[in-house]
Amino acid sequence: MKILLIALVVLAVIVVAVGAWAVGIYNGLIGLDQGVNEKWAQVQNVYQRRADLIPNLVETVKGFAAQERTVLTEVVEARAKATSIQLTPEALNDPKAMERFQAAQGQLSGALSRLLVTVERYPELKSNQNFLNLQSQLEGTENRITVERRRFNEAVREYNTRLALFPGTIVARLAGFRPKAFFEAAPDAATPPKVKF
Amino acid sequence: MNDYARLLPADAHRRLETRLAERERATGAQMVLAIFPSLEGESLEDFGIRLAQQWRVGDKRLDTGVILLLFVKERRVRLEVGYGLEPVVTDAVAAQIIRESIAPRFREQRYAAGLEAAVEAVYARVETRGVPPAPRRAFGVSPWTLGVLAIFGVIGFMLAREAAGGRARRHGYTAGGRRGWDSPSVIVPPIFGGWGGGSGGGGFTSGGSSSDDSGGFTSGGGSFGGGGASGEW
Repeated sequence: MKILLIALVVLAVIVVAVGAWAVGIYNGLIGLDQGVNEKWAQVQNVYQRRADLIPNLVETVKGFAAQERTVLTEVVEARAKATSIQLTPEALNDPKAMERFQAAQGQLSGALSRLLVTVERYPELKSNQNFLNLQSQLEGTENRITVERRRFNEAVREYNTRLALFPGTIVARLAGFRPKAFFEAAPDAATPPKVKF
Repeated sequence: MNDYARLLPADAHRRLETRLAERERATGAQMVLAIFPSLEGESLEDFGIRLAQQWRVGDKRLDTGVILLLFVKERRVRLEVGYGLEPVVTDAVAAQIIRESIAPRFREQRYAAGLEAAVEAVYARVETRGVPPAPRRAFGVSPWTLGVLAIFGVIGFMLAREAAGGRARRHGYTAGGRRGWDSPSVIVPPIFGGWGGGSGGGGFTSGGSSSDDSGGFTSGGGSFGGGGASGEW
């Protein structure tokens, strides 16, 4: 009776120890997973921030250069498309969804840089106070996008590395963790619209 | 205040330093000036955010830091604004400070005057608009933690009962029960340790507090997200 009890307690301690180890791995991954999601929220925030600037920018440019209809329409359409694609944290496991998001944002980056090149031909617009403010906000936002995207990639790298490490990877696979997609710099986004003062 | 390029005379350097310390005490926002001889081919924005991450200027909770970087050879300037001050010193405001306070004076080589004007302009914004309140941080317990705690509880309870049955007469109920529960509880810390990445607010978490050469200020641990503006003179 006594031996049986000791054996039971030892078994319980082992089970609890293994369980605690597994839970430690699991919670570590949950923490990293949440880190990735948080960083992703930041990435979407800064993209949203850029999208929010565009209506105002387009209006301001229209006031001085209404004839540049093609470029303006292109920006508006690219914006509509980019804002329609939002990735939930669950979709971060899906490289295809990530590609779509990047493509839409890359297209908007391209349209914006074309607009800013066009604007060079309108000295009056370039010295307009409202336009100057919008321009610096846009520049700041592009910079934030670079920063948050890099932090997101760092978080994904950390998560993916932890996920692949043995023996924790066994627990991770059982618990249904899957590697996440990086945010690759699209060819369009690699050269952010350079705006000169 | 770090003048690696030796751009300012000693008295102007001292004056600026005193002014910065005084404004920091008054507002709680920390501003650091850094003057470098050259960018050496690096990207201005890249350099700015890396320096900001290394120096971690500003309050850790409020992220109220500002760094003004100057590169003498390239005649480039960047105002790096911490997360907490972004609503106050917006990109447009930062660009305006560079355009109107710094660039005109620098073009006349009145460097100290330009920097003083920039410091005043930044703190004027902080004072009139105020520092925004700290973001609230989320705290949660996962169902796993609760489950494990429940298992521990049951085991502890069983051991306590067993101990009570066997040794109650000699050691007393509670003392025996506690002893049995104590040893597995050693395993608890890593569980809680694993749960820790879920705080909101602050952008990134890096261990390093400050570099060796960040003389002239104490790093507060503030985070930056690339807000601010770049310019030239």
